[in-house]
Amino acid sequence: MGECYINGIANISAQPTTDADRFLEEIISHKTSIFKAHDPNYKEFIKPAAMRRMSKSVKMGVTAASIALNNSGVEMPDAIITGTGMGCKQDSEKFLEKILYDDEQFLTPTLFIQSTHNTVGGQVALGLGCKAYNLTYVQGAASFESSLIDAQLMLLEEPEKNILVGGIDEVAKNSTLLHKLDGQIKEDDIDVINLLNSKTGGTVHSEGATFMMLGSKKTDTSHAKIVDIETISKASSEEAEKHIEAFLDRKGISIKDVDAVILGNNGDIDYDHYYRNLQDSLFSETEQLCYKHLIGDYPVASSFGFWLGCKIFEKNTVPDILKVNSTTAKKYDTVLLYNQYLGKNHSIALLQRC
Amino acid sequence: MNKGVAITGMGIISSIGNNVEENLNALKSVSHGISRIDLIETRHKDDIMVGEIKKTNEDLIKELGLDPLNSFSRTAMLGAIAAKEALVDAQISDINEYRTGFISGTSVGGMDTTEKFYLQYPESEENRRFIKAQHAGYTTQSVSNYLGINGYVSTISTACSSAANAIMLGARMIKAGKIDRMIVGGTDALSKFTINGFGTLMILSDEECTPFDDNRKGLNLGEAAAFLVLESEEIVEKENKKILGRVAGWANANDAYHQTASSSNGEGAYLAMKKALKIAGLEPQEIDYVNAHGTATPNNDLSEGVAMTRIFGEDKTPVFSSTKAFTGHTLAAAGSVEAVYSLLSLRENLIFPNLNFKTKMQEFALVPQTELLSKELNTILSNSFGFGGNCSTLIFTK
Repeated sequence: MGECYINGIANISAQPTTDADRFLEEIISHKTSIFKAHDPNYKEFIKPAAMRRMSKSVKMGVTAASIALNNSGVEMPDAIITGTGMGCKQDSEKFLEKILYDDEQFLTPTLFIQSTHNTVGGQVALGLGCKAYNLTYVQGAASFESSLIDAQLMLLEEPEKNILVGGIDEVAKNSTLLHKLDGQIKEDDIDVINLLNSKTGGTVHSEGATFMMLGSKKTDTSHAKIVDIETISKASSEEAEKHIEAFLDRKGISIKDVDAVILGNNGDIDYDHYYRNLQDSLFSETEQLCYKHLIGDYPVASSFGFWLGCKIFEKNTVPDILKVNSTTAKKYDTVLLYNQYLGKNHSIALLQRC
Repeated sequence: MNKGVAITGMGIISSIGNNVEENLNALKSVSHGISRIDLIETRHKDDIMVGEIKKTNEDLIKELGLDPLNSFSRTAMLGAIAAKEALVDAQISDINEYRTGFISGTSVGGMDTTEKFYLQYPESEENRRFIKAQHAGYTTQSVSNYLGINGYVSTISTACSSAANAIMLGARMIKAGKIDRMIVGGTDALSKFTINGFGTLMILSDEECTPFDDNRKGLNLGEAAAFLVLESEEIVEKENKKILGRVAGWANANDAYHQTASSSNGEGAYLAMKKALKIAGLEPQEIDYVNAHGTATPNNDLSEGVAMTRIFGEDKTPVFSSTKAFTGHTLAAAGSVEAVYSLLSLRENLIFPNLNFKTKMQEFALVPQTELLSKELNTILSNSFGFGGNCSTLIFTK
């Protein structure tokens, strides 16, 4: 298999995560079940004229892409691959509501043009003048990981490439609220920091963007090596555990080689058993870390785990707020990521210090 | 020449037929599927022509044997019908005998149900199971669950090039040995959302569309699903599989010109065709036929035509046609619909005509094939382009 290094990374989330020097020293407290990203100063990255029409996804995506590019020192990527679970929901919703409320009259094209799932990928390409490979994956909670699988494959085919990979999802006014009606989002507001101990169904919802520059060679800016990544459409808790064992086996890595495991627990009492099972079995002796009580859940929330992994390697320390058990690793060289949503779209990824 | 990845099965449902053989018969008898809208309540019913599949959702539920309380959108049901046919065609009975994955392209996902129930959701619990079904990935998993595929499943949404990209990814993954068998294609149902969306762009024709004609007025929207089964050489040899053709070349490039419009020099399309030829190990003059994207919008046909003249030379462009006047523009499914037609062309040594063409475009000398043509075919190049500057080219060989 070809090597795959994270040579630049940027994250926008509901916590202040855009400042490269900081690592969750300051935590924003969220008290609602739907909350927005902590906005960086988008004006530093986007011209005002262009910004006027941009939805939140595009703003977050273009900005995170730009920070990741700077961070990697690469000026022009050789491919742009994005993942989004729900796409440009804000503009889709506005266009749909106009159709429904105004009986298909008085519509303008802008909202439709910006409603497609590949809008962010297209806008990043347009901004850079990048004519290379451009693709968008939309596979629920595995959207970001689907993009990574493509990038990893491309580095095997064409090792000289620098590939910009991003995950983006935004909150939209009414369609996000619909997820309260079908139980995906908790009905009542909660103190999000206590999410992991919640005794109710559903989770809390937010938004964000992660972009990474991937390459097959280690550089001065390398943060981590992605050893491998796998997605599984559907699995029971027991099957998920077996998939993780088989995944590690194939990589020749034993459980005790994993210094820390980053899990996607989201406080949904009906589905967190997927994680609890691993916490009590495979990883009972491993340092366990969670993050959705800080940034909420959304289809590409799992991309935050990659940012965390990179930060842990860089700082060689883990903020207490992430720790959910009493084990502390002796070193941080190998980190495993696991995420799922409603028992579907499982992803497993292994990061190593480089 | 690159040997390419084997295609061992195909399935399709479109406005010209409910399976592969019906589609072939319609193509051979030059019988198109463009009509007025019957099944969607829209104020534009009498303004536009579409390629609509004349089956209600109830018909499709029955055909698939679904629970009445299922959460399949129309997009998912069309996908399930086509994917199922592809598996039967490839004579696959045990789906999990090999590492098998599923990649579908869709642009609307479950929008057809969302737009029906959106305003009712807050008041009525009845249809809330469709809230999740709005999402493109959910559409794909409705189909993959129906087929029993639980491992690698993904959705590509690059507007009208989605299915072409799904085929490309499947071929790449098999070639790299990442998986043994991949079901690839795309599905999109007609929806008010796309009817109005393309309407605001003023690119819907009120008549049957006329690809590559100087007086073209725009596209006819269509709905369809089509899937291919791609299998590794090991499976093909071990099971002595019949091969319908091979995916020998693929490429994806971005026009990086405008969010929706194509550049006047067809740069993205040019780059995609050029790289696909390189990957296939073919020279431009070795292409026997081009199944063009040819949506019949003023912008696309000009941009694509210019790109073809740049690749092939204006007087050396191979026989080409757009089959969109048969099916309408089936958006995310178009790439796989036209992949099925390309495989039929290879099998039958037949080129399906570009209907409704009368007047050559002023900008170049290109004239599409307007009659059914018998010709020995070994290599076919197929284009798919979409919003966001996404341009993809696939090359199929015998």
